[in-house]
Amino acid sequence: MSLAKISSLAGLGVFVSGNDIDTDRIIPARFMKCVTFDGLGEFLFHDVRKNADGTDKPHPLNEPRFNGATVLLSGANFGCGSSREHAPQAIQKYGFKAVVAEGFAEIFYGNCVTLGIPCFEAAREDIAQIAAAIEKNPAVELTLDVAKQEIRFAGQTVKAAVRPSARDALVNGRWDAIGELLEGLPAVKTTAAKLPYLAA
Amino acid sequence: MPKSLFQKVWDAHAVRSLANGQTQLLIGTHLIHEVTSPQAFGMMRDLGLKVLMPHRTFATVDHIVPTDQFAEPYRDPLAQAMMDELRKNCAQFGITFFDRATGKQGIVHIVGPEQGITQPGTTIACGDSHTSTHGAFGAIAFGIGTTQIRDVLATQTMALGKLKVRRITVNGALRPGVYAKDVILHIIRALGVNGGTGFAYEYGGEVFDRMTMEERMTVCNMSIEGGARAGYVNPDETTFAYLKGRPYSPKGAAWDAAVAGWRSTASDPGCHYDDVVTINAADIAPTVTWGINPGQAITINETVPDAAKATTVDEKSSIEEALAYMKLTPGAPIKGTKINVAFLGSCTNGRTSDFQEVAKYLKGRHVAPGVKAIAVPGSQIVALQCAQLGLDRIFRDAGFEWREAGCSMCLAMNPDKLIGDQLCASSSNRNFKGRQGSTTGRTLLMSPVMVAAAAVTGAVADAREVFDVNH
Ligand code: SF4
Repeated sequence: MSLAKISSLAGLGVFVSGNDIDTDRIIPARFMKCVTFDGLGEFLFHDVRKNADGTDKPHPLNEPRFNGATVLLSGANFGCGSSREHAPQAIQKYGFKAVVAEGFAEIFYGNCVTLGIPCFEAAREDIAQIAAAIEKNPAVELTLDVAKQEIRFAGQTVKAAVRPSARDALVNGRWDAIGELLEGLPAVKTTAAKLPYLAA
Repeated sequence: MPKSLFQKVWDAHAVRSLANGQTQLLIGTHLIHEVTSPQAFGMMRDLGLKVLMPHRTFATVDHIVPTDQFAEPYRDPLAQAMMDELRKNCAQFGITFFDRATGKQGIVHIVGPEQGITQPGTTIACGDSHTSTHGAFGAIAFGIGTTQIRDVLATQTMALGKLKVRRITVNGALRPGVYAKDVILHIIRALGVNGGTGFAYEYGGEVFDRMTMEERMTVCNMSIEGGARAGYVNPDETTFAYLKGRPYSPKGAAWDAAVAGWRSTASDPGCHYDDVVTINAADIAPTVTWGINPGQAITINETVPDAAKATTVDEKSSIEEALAYMKLTPGAPIKGTKINVAFLGSCTNGRTSDFQEVAKYLKGRHVAPGVKAIAVPGSQIVALQCAQLGLDRIFRDAGFEWREAGCSMCLAMNPDKLIGDQLCASSSNRNFKGRQGSTTGRTLLMSPVMVAAAAVTGAVADAREVFDVNH
């Protein structure tokens, strides 16, 4: 099988304001004691979303009108802090397919790409414009174009950069080593057939 | 051209070169356990992938199992969830699972050899750093991460850069009271915890020629603590004798063919090594760690290092950091250091021969007052063998708690944990800060017989004196 070629995607957005949102904020360390990454989505931004007694704090992800969002928008230096793969995993498992921010921490960016999550870097004013459009109408559809490096929404188009290596990887369906390993499967079978303990 | 075992196994398993220069390496045997595999199965589902060779994938449960409770559900719901998840994944993907009900469950690095799954000339991967253990059989065995587990599940391969090979020869004979554990602690002390970076270690020489498979496993197990990605011993008659008749060993005519093949994978005389180290067996003494990594070790008659006598700034700060954590007195003899807990077990020293050797000396003695002593067989089969030999009785009579099979207090993902800053004499492999379940808990690594000596005297002791081993 080959990996999805992610050249463009469309969906609803939600804006989580703030700069320097770190991976601890994205997924607090105690939730890393988990059976699968699958359940992580539930705990995304947990400590800024929930009070100690389990009730909701005011947070965009707690607002029903943003329930269907698949594009996460935020501020500068998103994903800083520890390198835990659990952070992008939590974002993905929650249901997000892409992140738009003014900038990203290096390791977080790489982890996202490996999971097939495109990260778009856009200007503060442009993100603010998208956020304003969503605020006015949460049903406004965003089209994120990896190949063209732009975001289209409500009849407008803004620039949104995707780093060249990531763009290449996403557009060509090579964002994860598994792709190349899978391509080698015929050769794997040939090699295995020559080994007595595997041929049997 | 003569080749090393590593080179032969690598060449036979190299599928092709990848764009980034790494090799797509075929992994013949994939071992999995409950802690690192569930996320990988999650990734498999997300990508809609199938396990390529389910019959070459074997699972066991070891890290989270309580050793004082056999029946499920476990008291810790998270442990139960991990158990359930592994069961579900194995059933769904058609993988053999040595569940507790099979009577074959145990620490993954003990189960593989015990079942005859671990064989010479093969490649093995497992999402666990101590996978190097399997190198004792002349296999090239790698510990891997969660994403690589997925890669191996889906493609039976992983992307890897080639390693260099360092030959470590130990000549002569070990003195009485000196064990395989001392050999590897001595090697790590000599070469450093990062000394093996980029290398596979090939262990050889008279000492290894004479070692049992269990002893070779103890040494290979801790290769990773010396920074080596893998460690191995060339297969020989000892290896073949161990494997003969095991459940997954070849049978009949296939056995003879397999042995011939295995024999030919051993390193050729005159082959190239990237580095060679020679050690004299007579220089190795019972060794104990005093610090917070396995390289911070001294012989039983040495004193705890003093930062004031350090020759470099780095050495000074590492001694200071270690002693601040360990609360040991610089310059004081390690012998006589009071202990609170004695732990016998783990994939390093949790095999039948380890308990047998300890029982020899423990018979008729008792654990010192105030010391909590636990003995944890590495597998259900080890537990059964020990019971058949009457060893469990000897341990219980001596005041040890005799437990069910698992990793237990090696890393305390189950309920067996140190409390506060308890000091533990441990037969395991890691003495990192907090390793045994308390953020201030302290670990001294040593051989099982040295653990027993500490248990019965209540303090770090020279087992040769305590048990009157002639030296
Ligand atoms: S016994 Fe310890 S080192 Fe070995 S697999 Fe279990 S936790 Fe890891």
